Amino acid sequence: MANMAQAIRLALHYAEKNLDLKDIFGQDVGEPLGGVFTATQGLSTTWNTPLDERGVINTAIGLALAGDRCVAEIQFCDYIFNTIDLLKYAGNLNWSCNGNYNLPMVVMTPVGAGIRGSVYHSHSFDAWATRLPGWKVVMPSNPLDAYGLLLSAIQDPNPVLFLKPKALMRVKGDELIPGEPADERELKNRIDAPVGGDRSRWKPQWPDVQEYAVPFGKAKVVQEGSDVTIVTYGRHVGLAKEAMDKLNGVSVELIDLRSLYPYDWQTIKNSVLKTKRVIFLNEDTEVTNFGEHLAYRVSQELFYHIYAPPKVLAGKNLPGIGLHAILEENSVPQVEDIVHAVQELMAQEP
Amino acid sequence: MGETRLNRTNSIAKNKKKPKQGHKKNEPLKLSKVAMKSSAKASKKALLLPPDLLKKMFHLMVRSRVLEERMIQVYRRGDAYFWIGGPGEEAFGVALGLQVHKGHGPEYDFLHLHYRCTPTLLAMGMKDEDALRLIMNKATDPCTGGRNFSNHYCFPEWNVAPVSSPIGIQYGIAIGTAIAQKRRGTGVSIITGGDAGSAEGDFASSLIWSSRPGSELPMYITIQNNKWGISTNYDEQHGEKHVSDRGKPFGIRTGVYNGNDPVEAYLAIQSDLAYIRKTGKPVVSEFTVSRLYGHSSASGANRILEEACCLEQFEKKLVDNKILTSSECQKIKDEYFETIREKSEMIREEPSPTADTLWDNTYVNNENADWRKF
Repeated sequence: MANMAQAIRLALHYAEKNLDLKDIFGQDVGEPLGGVFTATQGLSTTWNTPLDERGVINTAIGLALAGDRCVAEIQFCDYIFNTIDLLKYAGNLNWSCNGNYNLPMVVMTPVGAGIRGSVYHSHSFDAWATRLPGWKVVMPSNPLDAYGLLLSAIQDPNPVLFLKPKALMRVKGDELIPGEPADERELKNRIDAPVGGDRSRWKPQWPDVQEYAVPFGKAKVVQEGSDVTIVTYGRHVGLAKEAMDKLNGVSVELIDLRSLYPYDWQTIKNSVLKTKRVIFLNEDTEVTNFGEHLAYRVSQELFYHIYAPPKVLAGKNLPGIGLHAILEENSVPQVEDIVHAVQELMAQEP
Repeated sequence: MGETRLNRTNSIAKNKKKPKQGHKKNEPLKLSKVAMKSSAKASKKALLLPPDLLKKMFHLMVRSRVLEERMIQVYRRGDAYFWIGGPGEEAFGVALGLQVHKGHGPEYDFLHLHYRCTPTLLAMGMKDEDALRLIMNKATDPCTGGRNFSNHYCFPEWNVAPVSSPIGIQYGIAIGTAIAQKRRGTGVSIITGGDAGSAEGDFASSLIWSSRPGSELPMYITIQNNKWGISTNYDEQHGEKHVSDRGKPFGIRTGVYNGNDPVEAYLAIQSDLAYIRKTGKPVVSEFTVSRLYGHSSASGANRILEEACCLEQFEKKLVDNKILTSSECQKIKDEYFETIREKSEMIREEPSPTADTLWDNTYVNNENADWRKF
């Protein structure tokens, strides 16, 4: 099975070939590196940019104004903050000019902790991203969804933020991408550049991957349950699964939101009406967290149907993620934190 | 409230209260030596342009000035919340607008303008009415539908990108359109901006990205240096002799011109655009200009009498060279005054935006973006 970096690469290749994707760019995105996570390796429309995040986002806006589809990368979301006004501008452009121009552009950036990335390779961006009206915001939890969400993003006429959970970039999926070779060694030999040495003669042998789209605004019920709902996305889908294995006797319904904005309220609502308890789980900092908006909505619209206050389990409101494992693990929700939160919620009776 | 009428007594021109500006009263706007020399040359060059073109430029400059002064009146009368614009920059603006390769798509020029671009757009064919609709935030405003300030134009049919309030980002955004243009033909991404905005990092981005070896971009990076950033004087903030000098270390062709002289500006723009179309490489050109009514309505929008007026200078030149008579010039002004006044009265009666359009165009094709409806 492809890992997430390979899945992203396959989606970009498909888009170059079939969706008129003209430019994939950012710092170290082109040859020889092909991205710090190798997610842009071997592609035909990649190029390296100056180390200038504002230039990257500005260029994406300009290309989109001219009608050329592009995928721009900010190497880590920790370095996207000096472009925040440009992201705001891109989000409001179609609205503020009353539909005169739209921006068919994708910005992808690795997010979150989990790789001992220290203060400036561990930030999350989902809380910030969901405060950028006009953008669509997605975050996959597995390679197949990464493939499908990215192809949807590239075809969308609006600006789309594709948040890549960096801790999952080397994690393999358990579902084949349409057209992906079943033998993962074959896939690796065909599309992974040799490590080290001269890559100048290396060319990928792309498999004939097929169209596959994950629509925006559609969550995935990863596992059905009846006692408590966990709504999450990105790498915390996997952590929630691990927690569920430890929760004997508690039936958890796990929802992978996939698309943060627009979001699938109907799936959340139906689940909460069934379980009557809900946790919104993510690793961005807890104050003005996106989960707080969802919890607010539950409290406003489903108050008389639930057994316990909706809970937000998120990263502590710290300035950063410390490098030491103890610091990192105590900063963002871990498996044990999820187990504990579920138990706390189950202890509350109406 | 008195009406503004060019070359006639009016309440704005009468207001001789000393403006809060950095240079001393009666001190002429400091032009560089290069610009001064160029200006002297330009008076001789005036006749080098065909008389019909000179007359056309005069018409457009007058029309733009009258329109801007009308918009100030619109604000003062309470029909607009805010006025911001660029009266005093007609010479440069008209000279630019007349030379744009106008059309839709990357085969044509792209314009990344700032909020002082009414003369350029009038020269390109904009209707007076559309500027008035914009400042009066009418539903009929074709640029923003009543959502944005005056002079924040947007005309996709001519590749005019939305004018942005964040200062300077147009220099960076133009990188993208220039990349799209370079793979298709000879279109140029034209950027206008002020001297103050050149301090933003996006200006540096435009220099770096447009001059990457082997990947140079067809960008016309212009600065309209009026020596002011709202109330902050250029000389207190900038150590570089000319803003355009910043292009030199990148090997970019640069120039400094008298932007108050429409002929000098026209010839400089003509030469620059020809170079960019031929080479595919960028140019940085600086045009020294005047700021006749301050930054915006927030600073009073009163006429700054110490600033040189490009229109008066050009009129004198046309009269001296017998291209127009003084009475003909006055007639032109009077006619534009009346027609634009009438248009402003008409647009006043046009409909305002309605609340049910609030979410329109948040996403393309009005796809729902309201979370209450998810």
